Amino acid sequence: MPENCIYVARSSAIAARALAGEMMVMNSADSTFFTLNEVATAIFQAADGRTPLREIVRDRVCEQFDVDPEQAQADAEQFVTELSSHGILLVSHQPLASETPR
Amino acid sequence: MSLMTEVGQKAFELGVPLAVHMDVTYRCNERCVHCYLDHDDHGEMTTAEIKDVLDQLAEAGVFFLTFSGGEVFMRRDFFELVEHARRLMFNVKIKTNAVMIHEREARRIRELDVDTVQISVYSHRPEVHDAITKLPHSFERTIKSVRFLREQGLKVTIANVLMTVNSADHAGVQKLAAELGVHYTLDPTITPMMDGDMSVLSLRIPGAELPDIFHNPALVDSQEEFCAPPKPPSKEDLEGYSCSAGHSFCYISPYGDVFPCVQFPLPTGNIRRQKFLDIWNLSPQMKEVRSIQAKDLTVCSSCSHVASCSRCPGLAYMEGSMRGPSTADCEKSFYRTGVPTANMLRQGLAKPRGVSGNSTPLIQILPLAVPA
Repeated sequence: MPENCIYVARSSAIAARALAGEMMVMNSADSTFFTLNEVATAIFQAADGRTPLREIVRDRVCEQFDVDPEQAQADAEQFVTELSSHGILLVSHQPLASETPR
Repeated sequence: MSLMTEVGQKAFELGVPLAVHMDVTYRCNERCVHCYLDHDDHGEMTTAEIKDVLDQLAEAGVFFLTFSGGEVFMRRDFFELVEHARRLMFNVKIKTNAVMIHEREARRIRELDVDTVQISVYSHRPEVHDAITKLPHSFERTIKSVRFLREQGLKVTIANVLMTVNSADHAGVQKLAAELGVHYTLDPTITPMMDGDMSVLSLRIPGAELPDIFHNPALVDSQEEFCAPPKPPSKEDLEGYSCSAGHSFCYISPYGDVFPCVQFPLPTGNIRRQKFLDIWNLSPQMKEVRSIQAKDLTVCSSCSHVASCSRCPGLAYMEGSMRGPSTADCEKSFYRTGVPTANMLRQGLAKPRGVSGNSTPLIQILPLAVPA
């Protein structure tokens, strides 16, 4: 497993729903509200805690959208960092258990 | 435009039910004097039925889900329902009187990441609050529960319904909310009983007291804008719609009946017999509600307030026509701005501005009759 392997999972604390292909996401703790575009939605939906981010980018982004793989990976990492700072995504170098509300 | 407003507009345009208010029971441990519900259980949906409805709502695109009643904690399975809703990733809000919330319940609500808990408080004076709820010590228990919820770091809103019997207490409740570190909302709307009985409307505060509310900067932000005389309506205003009822919002009763809104008792279908999306998309009643533009309103289309009035089509429906005026909102528009509404002028309750040639006030308002 490469050292920079990143796993992402959706937090159980959030509310989320797709509206016309774009995901609405809200963190009830601080009421932050986001809408994700189609590419970000694809990453969010695939964030199961078990699939490495690089694999998600390869299979869900590069295969479905016409993007440069390195650029897509860099953008995905930036996106994941931002959403994790709001508690919407959980990030780890180890696989994560998929969170469900307790 | 805020992101939330943009999303609301998008859902409205696409006809997606973004928000649903679901009463899980009409049973209640309080007997509030202004309540519009019949508290007997006439066959509430079972746990399995409600879970199935929640699955359907998630599939239909519902994001904001409000659980209310009755008192939601009268259902022993309430947490099971919230848990299911949160698993489906709804943004959940709970409306409750909170008297059954103790430390354990408050902790569970936090663990389930409920967005907001809205609690009814009628007065800062226990005797006034308890006289409204008709439940002894309810004030003490409710406030204790607010503290439990706050200790868990939950967002709490105190909802203060204003009526004749507590009209002097809103400042006290607002101060109490600030002390408790919770949000405060004030609502002078009293709704007729769901069976059409109008007797509770006698509790509505007299229109003449509304200016004290609307012109109070502690209660209403942006005073100048809020109380400004209405601007002439544009073509866009006349082609606009009243509110989100039936467009991106609806209400589901404990018996599975679907309505455009919680205060719009127009039956559109029952979820025990039909799929939610079939009712939402195909019900002739929903379609009719959705078709009504401001220009179609019988009296209001010619009213100077048409673009800015809070006209509730549900209250109008209960007065006789969903295309007609809602007297309570006419009063609000008038007392907010000082400009009489077309409905008031039609009924001879006011004279239009600038037509009086003598020393009497430009506007004369007679007390509005409370429907029998």
